[in-house]
Amino acid sequence: MFSVTGLNGASSNGSINVKDAGLIGMITLRGDLKSDAIAKVIKVVTGTNIPDQRQCVFTSKGATAWMSPDELLVMVDYESVDATIAKMEKSLQGVHSLIVNVSDARAVFELTGSSIRDVISKGSPADMSSKILPVGEVRRTRIAQLAVAFWFTSDTTARLVCFRSVAGYVMDWLENASEKGSEVGFH
Amino acid sequence: MSTRLSSGGRLIDRTKLVEFSFDGKRLTGFKGDTLASALLANGQTLVGRSFKYHRPRGIVASGPEEPNALVGLGEGGKFEPNQRATTTELFNGLNAKSQNAWPSLEFDIGGVNRIMSPIFPAGFYYKTFMFPRFAWKHMFEPFIRKAAGLGAAPTEKDDDKYEYFYAHVDVLIVGGGTSGLAAALEAGRVGAKVLVLEQTNTWGGRAPVDDVLINEKNSSKWIKNALSELKKMPNVTLRARTMGAGVYDHGWATGYECLTDHSPEKYGPRHRLWRIRAKRIITTTGAIERPLSFAGNDIPAVMLAGAVRDYIIDYGTSCGDVMVLAANNDDAYRTAIAQVQAGLKVAAILDARVSVEGALPNQARKMGIRVETGMAISKVKGSKKVTGVSICLQAGEGVPLEEIKCDVVAMSGGWSPIVHLWSHCGGKLNWDANQAMFRPDPERPPLGADGTGFVVVGGTANGCLDAKSSMQDAISQCRKALKEIGYKPKASIPLKAFAEPEAPIEQIWQMPQGMSIKLQAKTFLDYQNDVKVSDVRLAALEGYESVEHTKRYTTLGMATDQGKLSNINGLAILADSLNADIPNVGTTTFRPPYHPISMGSIVGDARGKLFKPIRKTPIHQWIEDNGGFFEPVADWRRPYCYQRDGESVQEAVTREILNTRNSVGLLDASTLGKIVVKGPDAGKFLDMLYTNMMSNLKVGRCRYGLMCTENGFLTDDGVVARLDEETFLCHTTSGGSDRIHTWMEEWLQTEWWDWKVYTANVTEQYAQIAVVGPNARKVLEKLGGMDVSAEALPFMSFVEGKIGGIKARPFRISFSGELSYEIAVPASDGQAFWDMCMEAGVEYGIQPYGTECLHVMRAEKGFIMIGDETDGTVIPQDLNLQWAISKKKDDFLGKRAHLRSNMADPSRWKLVGLKTIDPEVVIPDGAYATDGTVRENGVKNMIGRVTSTYFSPTLGRSIAMGLIEFGPDRMGEIIDFPTLEGEIIKVKICDQVFLDPEGVRQNV
Repeated sequence: MFSVTGLNGASSNGSINVKDAGLIGMITLRGDLKSDAIAKVIKVVTGTNIPDQRQCVFTSKGATAWMSPDELLVMVDYESVDATIAKMEKSLQGVHSLIVNVSDARAVFELTGSSIRDVISKGSPADMSSKILPVGEVRRTRIAQLAVAFWFTSDTTARLVCFRSVAGYVMDWLENASEKGSEVGFH
Repeated sequence: MSTRLSSGGRLIDRTKLVEFSFDGKRLTGFKGDTLASALLANGQTLVGRSFKYHRPRGIVASGPEEPNALVGLGEGGKFEPNQRATTTELFNGLNAKSQNAWPSLEFDIGGVNRIMSPIFPAGFYYKTFMFPRFAWKHMFEPFIRKAAGLGAAPTEKDDDKYEYFYAHVDVLIVGGGTSGLAAALEAGRVGAKVLVLEQTNTWGGRAPVDDVLINEKNSSKWIKNALSELKKMPNVTLRARTMGAGVYDHGWATGYECLTDHSPEKYGPRHRLWRIRAKRIITTTGAIERPLSFAGNDIPAVMLAGAVRDYIIDYGTSCGDVMVLAANNDDAYRTAIAQVQAGLKVAAILDARVSVEGALPNQARKMGIRVETGMAISKVKGSKKVTGVSICLQAGEGVPLEEIKCDVVAMSGGWSPIVHLWSHCGGKLNWDANQAMFRPDPERPPLGADGTGFVVVGGTANGCLDAKSSMQDAISQCRKALKEIGYKPKASIPLKAFAEPEAPIEQIWQMPQGMSIKLQAKTFLDYQNDVKVSDVRLAALEGYESVEHTKRYTTLGMATDQGKLSNINGLAILADSLNADIPNVGTTTFRPPYHPISMGSIVGDARGKLFKPIRKTPIHQWIEDNGGFFEPVADWRRPYCYQRDGESVQEAVTREILNTRNSVGLLDASTLGKIVVKGPDAGKFLDMLYTNMMSNLKVGRCRYGLMCTENGFLTDDGVVARLDEETFLCHTTSGGSDRIHTWMEEWLQTEWWDWKVYTANVTEQYAQIAVVGPNARKVLEKLGGMDVSAEALPFMSFVEGKIGGIKARPFRISFSGELSYEIAVPASDGQAFWDMCMEAGVEYGIQPYGTECLHVMRAEKGFIMIGDETDGTVIPQDLNLQWAISKKKDDFLGKRAHLRSNMADPSRWKLVGLKTIDPEVVIPDGAYATDGTVRENGVKNMIGRVTSTYFSPTLGRSIAMGLIEFGPDRMGEIIDFPTLEGEIIKVKICDQVFLDPEGVRQNV
């Protein structure tokens, strides 16, 4: 009832639309991604399989993104995070793993428009072509001087995540990079 | 005199007049002009003064190689010095100023330097450094500072915006001439992802100027078709006004896109720096024409032959009515032919070669042009502009045979392939004596990560100077590159290029070959830096053998053009002086960028509010709105204090301390690092990281711990809480969270990879709010929801639950010595929780407090601060923290280092409290203690230093901590702290805990 995001509802409309995606439940899970126990718990809480390297898989229940060889990001409703963590901890009892709530440590942006790839390319050294970064693949990289991760949810929509403390900077950066008159037309 | 011709000019639109000004003169040109062509069209041959001698200088070239025509462009926040007139597209309202001239271009007082030129020989600067000793500082430097220097630095902040763009491609092609376009078609047709950069705004390069036929038609037609085919390919991006600036390791290249320079009223970024990853880089960058070295070759209206041709054909501008052409190759004849075809006159062609029978010379003869073979220019006549030349035998010493009147001298010493980008990352060159040029050695390319060459050079840049072979070469180089990256190009569409064949060039490095020393001193190699043939020869005489040393000694090639015109000529003269072969002398190193790029493009968008990210806690905005006086703490901003109206910073700090000590204060401690460490081996892992024991900490309890580096020095400290049997939460310093998390992961991933431990940095998950002071409990009790009594939540413990409806984990820890709760709540609820505390605390007079209050309170308690009491050379024992060093553990990081003799030395400076004899006097930060003796080097002997020093409002006196030699053994002794002002502060050594040594206040 009190909760506010780091972006506090900020938005901008330039060559792409940028808006605060609101509070999203995010859980970091570290463990042996090849183990049956982890596959099972992921299936239960998000309905997805263990994503392959760099993949992000969605169902109506939630999403799971590959973060590193021993780390996943589990996304569920913000309200259900505590219950989900409790469920995960219970089913992984005795299995060496780490489950932490990171929902409030992040800021999530909803990007919309046909030139998202061009805008991000102004600050991220990642290859933003649709061939290398198709819908459903997550990229952990940087924008300007900051760590970010992003993935496309369709050809013209993407989500971008950064740390909460720098949400304002990333917002300013996205607003500047998508300012009309600075379109690149590369991707 | 130069002027606009009545017709012609393939790049200009005569229906569109453009107004501009030069040195305040209002002039007009046409759309499509460069500033250089417009100046020439207006008869402005004198455009600048040289760097050292302030000699009058005119336009020499038509492209980025131009050394002379540098101007200051724009005004105020749009002003930029050293812009090349030859690459500046003309626009309405362009405002250019000549540089380096005072009081005016026409009459320049600095021109007297020219008369003094004998005192500016090679190595002048270095020689004046040496002798006489006084002269540099008092005579030469003030004089040179006034006279030398290019352009003026901008005085206002840059008005424009800049940005980066990262691009990944299969093939990057640099240079959009016919070779580049042919290569692009080849790569585009097989489906490769291609980016083509062209630095000018026109595609096709020199082919249309040089009458090249492609598939038996004018090259313009082929260029147009090629462009339209390329534009249709979704896998090909063409970028005009974008220069390939540099090539770096691992297939990385930079491109410099000029977006609004040609129309400054256009909204948007001015420059965009492309940062490109390419599997292969193909450079089709063409060639640059070399000047010839003859006396007076720097006088305005002595120009490169190719440039004169460009001005006629591209811009419908004549560089002079009557031309004398000096050359050593056939290509230059195209300029004479163009001059005559434009209705102008060629007085003579002086060809240094004895036998000249090529197709182009014979065509010139047929047109009635006087062609003199084996002849040279002895000297150019004129001062601010050419009036004529005296001619001589190339084989001789320069005895003038005849004087020919002319108003323009065109010269061509041959063409040098542009090998810069090939060379930036280590591509090597071969000397091709037949063509008198350095060209890329395909056997020694710059190597990429996979050990193969990642740059290939095609066309003219690869030494294929004739149109026919250059396009073929570009195509075959591109096919080679495509195959290397896994493409299988099909047979090329046949292509036939034709230009008049050329007879071989002859190497001519000075004109005449036996020129006297007097003539050498008037023969310029580097126009911008005033380096003459005589300077390079003098350097060689003085023992300079390396081309790199000679460059620095003479300043050859060190100007803003980086020797584009002077390099090869200079090293050829050096080789001749040393009696060495040119390849043995070699070139200087080519470094990026190819051509100067703006500082703004390098900075990109990182300016103003995007200069550097600032981390903000969930309470940051409230702090800003409520008088917070911020100070940087790592990348965070924390309030030093909260200033009220009319209150000084010191008054605010005092108020905050007394209010917290007497009632209750609120601190935003969210910046504190928080790292979760979990696993069966977590306890064992923390025992290695901390100096004290953590594995025996009970669940629900907290313990203060110290971390050392392997060398034993203190690196971080903080409270560890045990969340459950396998899980610990480690608090770090505000600046240490990322560093310590990385430190943990490094040990886990590289040394103890078989330990079962996972870590996660959850610093930003929580807002951490400290409620501090005798009334702290009452405030929390008012919020309700949790038993926070001493029994339920004793000192150095924590519980989990809800306070005021918000999920909370209060820790009973204290950095102030007061009753204190540090409450972690979800960051998203941080502001709400803060507001609740402020509201609940109203009846107790709750006030927020800042970092200075925190500092003073912890110093009153004798608590150390990482960064104050430590500086990277301090070990826990220095701070009397032996109690936090476990003797039971076999090992921990730093343990072995603590055994080293220097660490165990009893005379190490150790922490004590310091009380000034005068309680009102506060020891200055950083002050050192002395013992009255003097060291051998005359410096006072120092026996310690102050580490924290404050005025304590609680105690009503000054307090300090410091590291003092044998400190703990000297309790009660009085020592001296001299100040910078020469006073001595008398200080008594005491215990470091000034307030409540029993800890009664915090343990309630």
